[in-house]
Amino acid sequence: MANSSPNSGTAMAVKKWKKKRGSLIMALHEIQDIKGYVPWEDAQEVAVGMGVPLARIYEVLTFYNYFKLEAPGKAVISVCLGTACHLKGNDEVLKEFEKELGVKEGTSTEDKLFHLQSVRCVGCCGLAPVVVINGKTYGKVTPSNVRSMIEEWQNNFANETDVA
Amino acid sequence: MTEMVKAIIDGVEIEVEKGTTILDAARKVNIDIPTLCKHPDVEASAACGICVVKIEGRPNMVRSCCTPLDNGMNVITKDPEIIGVRRTVIELILSNHPNECLTCMRSGHCELQDLASEFGMRETNLPSLVKKKEKDESTKAIVLDPSKCVHCGRCVEVCQNQQNVHALSFLGRGLPTQIAAAGGIDLADSPCIKCGQCSAHCPTGAITEYDETQKVWDMIMENEDHVVVQIAPAVRVAIGEEFGYPIGTNLTGKLYSALRMMGFDKVFDTNFGADLTIMEEGSEFVQRFTKGTAPLPLVTSCCPAWVDLMEKYHPDMIENFSTCKSPHEMVGALTKTYYAEKMGIDPAKIKVVSIMPCTAKKYEISRDDSMSSSGFQDVDVVLTTRELARMIKQAGIKFRDLEEVEADNPLGEYTGAGTIFGYTGGVMTAALRSAYALITNEELPDDVIDFKPIAGLEGVKEAEVEIQGKTVKIAVAHGTGNVEKVMEKVRSARENGEEPPYHFIEVMACRGGCVAGGGQPRVISSDVPRPRGINDEIRMRRAKGLMGEDKDAKLRRSHQNPSISKLYDDYLDAPLSKKSHELLHTHYVARSTYKR
Repeated sequence: MANSSPNSGTAMAVKKWKKKRGSLIMALHEIQDIKGYVPWEDAQEVAVGMGVPLARIYEVLTFYNYFKLEAPGKAVISVCLGTACHLKGNDEVLKEFEKELGVKEGTSTEDKLFHLQSVRCVGCCGLAPVVVINGKTYGKVTPSNVRSMIEEWQNNFANETDVA
Repeated sequence: MTEMVKAIIDGVEIEVEKGTTILDAARKVNIDIPTLCKHPDVEASAACGICVVKIEGRPNMVRSCCTPLDNGMNVITKDPEIIGVRRTVIELILSNHPNECLTCMRSGHCELQDLASEFGMRETNLPSLVKKKEKDESTKAIVLDPSKCVHCGRCVEVCQNQQNVHALSFLGRGLPTQIAAAGGIDLADSPCIKCGQCSAHCPTGAITEYDETQKVWDMIMENEDHVVVQIAPAVRVAIGEEFGYPIGTNLTGKLYSALRMMGFDKVFDTNFGADLTIMEEGSEFVQRFTKGTAPLPLVTSCCPAWVDLMEKYHPDMIENFSTCKSPHEMVGALTKTYYAEKMGIDPAKIKVVSIMPCTAKKYEISRDDSMSSSGFQDVDVVLTTRELARMIKQAGIKFRDLEEVEADNPLGEYTGAGTIFGYTGGVMTAALRSAYALITNEELPDDVIDFKPIAGLEGVKEAEVEIQGKTVKIAVAHGTGNVEKVMEKVRSARENGEEPPYHFIEVMACRGGCVAGGGQPRVISSDVPRPRGINDEIRMRRAKGLMGEDKDAKLRRSHQNPSISKLYDDYLDAPLSKKSHELLHTHYVARSTYKR
């Protein structure tokens, strides 16, 4: 059964969307925006709150690549494999990320610092091949840039910890 | 008046109701278009692509399962090009299907194997994409083998829409799509009620019963054990399909013979338990109806899938539930007490095997403590009709040549009321026959004994019966998807402080009742029309087999069963006595739909 403690973000998303037919995806989007993924307990809360069987919710969650079922790493690395980026060799960049981070596409590193995913076109094909990390766009990337991009974010996180 | 459309299929002029699909229209003129995913119980999903046909004047082939026939259409269902496309589709499916027919439980009864054979698939040029995926045996009733799934969607459609259970779903998309419970959890931790309708509708070996035949062979081999077997009503009219009999043939006497030859020490009949259930449940109803001892409506409890669903989805109905165990559980409890004492056998040495049309019964035998009321687990193993058929074949028994014999005493005698437990409306009919006698001390006249309004396959059937000037309102629902509206009616009357809309409700989880249970044969023969698998015609033919046995029975009312009277005189005292409650009744708890 759903979490008995009110899960405020999720509860609000359910409240906002439950009256509108066909808005399950909107509610799930909001939960993922807040939490970075859709936890099992939250999916159950949506099921109860919106009156949609959990089985149907997971059909939606697993159909769309966009939804994550597990907490992603702090830095989400999106390697574009849209037509332009693909033709310009971004698959090699993705492979390099997989090698450097020791994870497969679609998964996170064990320390939960990095989540690696491929996306289809981020809308700036002029910069191809493109990688986006937590909203920051890197253009004309080559496999040799990968190491420094990772280090940049490792340093960001290290500084954050120092401040804290 | 319904609008009709006129068209031509393979040169044959045809007129059908507007909206009829090409596939269904073709069948009306005996043109068989092959299909794998379309099943009469489910909406067309256009998943498999085998049913393609040509329509003159259109550039592309269309899927006949989801294309309505239209005025003036000229449909071609077969030519070398169409057959070629169908072969390619089958080849594509086979490229993602393990080549394990020899060791597959579904071998010989598989719709995909049947298609591949019909189309003469001998070799394939496509690389194999088969990935071994883990089986889910967590329910110990139904086994999911996603490696053998062809993504036809029948099971998901049936689980979600026909049964309204929503345990099974499609996870992922594209090639890696998998049938599983939400989040990929074990089926046993999901809302699954083990009804097995997914397995009844699966065209391949992807969903099967949990096989326990070896366990039973081991029991039979163990000399120390006294192994008792019982057969459910619906088994006797379905097992014949495995041995080439016409659908619905009643083979009770031969079945008893086969069971004896297999080495069971005693052969009892669950129909005896059905008669006993009527005595207990009928008395429960009479008490509630005439004395108001507990709330109405009374709801029947013989179907374990329904019990599981009620505990998960309708726990507010617990006090309306009959506390009666299901018939085979009653027989199990009495075998290890009454029979053991009578024969002087140590109950620890007795093993009870129930042959059931049902996969949920495998779950039921250990669902709670009351299933061990004899001090031992009352029923040790449940085998489905399909498993029994395999065992009979393994034993080399020539079923058709068997003699017809009688069951053993004291738990083998039954009336016509017991045998009709196997189809929708039957339990209610049997209960009313005895309730009438219990209330009025008179017998219901033979000409009204059949309660025609509650026979048949309507999803929810309602009727009113006059007993001593009082009207008894009854409802019969089957296919758990039909239960919701009945429960909602009861709930809303209760909340508004109104009279309950019904006094007595019968529920069976499977459409048509146990005759179409999740453990029944899935034989492919020329006698079984396409699309293959269970359908309403098979449901009715099996039900008629049981109706026939009831009609021909000398005794057609449970309270007339002499063995039942003797049981009460010698052992139980009276219906609803203290001893009856200990051995024949159970209790219910609210259960969560998801265990995580």
